[in-house]
Amino acid sequence: MSRLSEGNIRLAKEIIGRYPRPRSAMIPLLHLAQQHDGYITNDAMVHIGELVGSTSAEVYGTASFYEMFKFEPVGKYLVNICGTLSCALMGSEELMHHAEHKLGVKMGGTTDDGMFTLEHAECQAACTEAPCLQVNYRYRFRVTAADFDSLIDDLSAGRLVDEIPAHGTVARVAQHIPRDRGVGAVPPESVTEAPIWLDGKAAL
Amino acid sequence: MTGTYAHAPGFIVGDRPKIVTSRFEYEDSYTLTRYLATDGYQGLRAALSRPANEVHDEVRTATVLGRGGAGFPAGTKWGLTPQGVYPRYLVVNGDESEPGTYKDRLLMERDPHQLIEGCLIACYAAGLSQCFLYIRGEMALAQERVAVALNDAYAAGYIGKNILGTHFSVDIVLHWGAGAYVVGEETALIESLEGNRGMPRLKPPFFPAANGLYGQPTIVNNVETLANLPWLMCNGAEAYTAIGTKTSPGTRMVAVSGHVKRPGVYEIVNGVTTFRDLLYKDEFCGGIRNDNELKAFVPGGGSAPWFTPDQLDLPFEGSQVGAAGSMLGSGAIMVMDETTDIPAAALTLTRFYAHESCGKCTPCREGGTWLERILSRVVDGKGTAADLEQLIEVGTSICPGDFPHASNEKLGLAAVPFPYKMNTICFVGPSAYAPVNSALVLFREEFEARIVKRHTIPVTAVGAAL
Repeated sequence: MSRLSEGNIRLAKEIIGRYPRPRSAMIPLLHLAQQHDGYITNDAMVHIGELVGSTSAEVYGTASFYEMFKFEPVGKYLVNICGTLSCALMGSEELMHHAEHKLGVKMGGTTDDGMFTLEHAECQAACTEAPCLQVNYRYRFRVTAADFDSLIDDLSAGRLVDEIPAHGTVARVAQHIPRDRGVGAVPPESVTEAPIWLDGKAAL
Repeated sequence: MTGTYAHAPGFIVGDRPKIVTSRFEYEDSYTLTRYLATDGYQGLRAALSRPANEVHDEVRTATVLGRGGAGFPAGTKWGLTPQGVYPRYLVVNGDESEPGTYKDRLLMERDPHQLIEGCLIACYAAGLSQCFLYIRGEMALAQERVAVALNDAYAAGYIGKNILGTHFSVDIVLHWGAGAYVVGEETALIESLEGNRGMPRLKPPFFPAANGLYGQPTIVNNVETLANLPWLMCNGAEAYTAIGTKTSPGTRMVAVSGHVKRPGVYEIVNGVTTFRDLLYKDEFCGGIRNDNELKAFVPGGGSAPWFTPDQLDLPFEGSQVGAAGSMLGSGAIMVMDETTDIPAAALTLTRFYAHESCGKCTPCREGGTWLERILSRVVDGKGTAADLEQLIEVGTSICPGDFPHASNEKLGLAAVPFPYKMNTICFVGPSAYAPVNSALVLFREEFEARIVKRHTIPVTAVGAAL
């Protein structure tokens, strides 16, 4: 159970500053918390509420709507196999059965060693490369049973640590707006006039 | 020349006009260096060299249709903001998750600067003071590529204060979701961006252009729509409308998946390319796998009513596809050959929408789940004849009246044109019913073949058994 780390508090404040309303930063901050802990802890939700001016219940209300946020630990690698039409037409059901057998868990389950959580996912936007899956949101395309086995072996042996970070980290690059370049948030109450470039003249 | 780029799995190039995928041939297409070496940010320069209202007029003249699903012209949408109300915002819808669809992901992964440039042109033309670029939570690579591109573009002076030394200043804020299909609906997207559960807002107001983010006028545009703008600014509306047809100018990215020989994402000429071209021509999918018979196809993403071979000669054009009983939606065709188990195929889509219902409207929340459960029972061979009627009854409670469907010569069916009436705020509920209705109307015998036949057992036989 943890509140946001010092580094994440700095980052959180930077993120909050970009929005006209602090509450808009809620989902990005939840991702920060999940990146740190692997799932969303109660303490993190309390802390995020303090940072954006909401109650922890409101934070949970938002967080619980979204599939990617987990409220208890999941495996280091979250394996999402797509089951929507294009993948189903190309054998995702068979792949899911194979995956359950290989990992020894049912869909939604986590292996005893805490390495893998298996999930039935919905369309992952790679429909021409069916059946597809994501491991911590990194794609594998046209996955055969043999591909699946070698993927699991590679992950278990730590051979893919450079490509696939542990669960919680989605993007490994953050946006940074340089202080001297940023305009800053434009809240509704800060502006009533048309932007100056709408003056009927060419800007350049 | 036709082939696949190894670095853009799924995308298939051909000798056709390219508006949004022109840089995909370069392995480093996502870098600022490559972008600048290939006319990058020239569309922005061209836009800033003209008054904002002229840029808006150019987009209006070009009739850039929205690529997210509804096909509403971007120039018209920008003009729906109320006079004199500021600030106005731009929200970029990169929450692509319609079953069968992916083009926005490729555009974000392969050419993020083109999208950024499109955002800047939109903000300039429509007087939008801040831009929020919302990317689907599950798209890690797209988020990384866009983040790097934004950081590079800020450093190079293309975003932020005094862009290209002018008095045009705007920030682009990278925002990302956390897994919820319904957030692709524009008012749900705004709710999510405000830090709330991503539930669509009650309508009216019908357009966030009047009342959107923080109650301000807000333009919500799809990634592909915005990606068209740099080319349009460089080449002009006349060149843009010279491609495609009057009602559907330019190009479109279309993903064709399922039982075809060469599934892929193609940039096609809008309005003229037919479904037959796409599915059978060598430059596209090259036919059905193993030369099987085509059974059915979904023409416009998982929400669209299905077509059969009877509709193959329709062009990829909104009004004709609408009149034929379906929609083009987000540019996604899913192909089913003769081996397809139709009730099971419909179930995968209905399950999707039942799962993705946000729970706000009862007909969708309850109806979607009912549809899934009943259909599931039928697919498992445990359904009864009453279940088929029940499916229609539940569907009709989501969408009253005749649901759109295709014509069918063999069945003697006339088409019911799109759109449908609905008892829900957004399209998720009707979308749960679309595959059920199509499958039941066009392939009813496949359902009847699996329902349990309840035979009356003669009383004498029961007595004998006792």
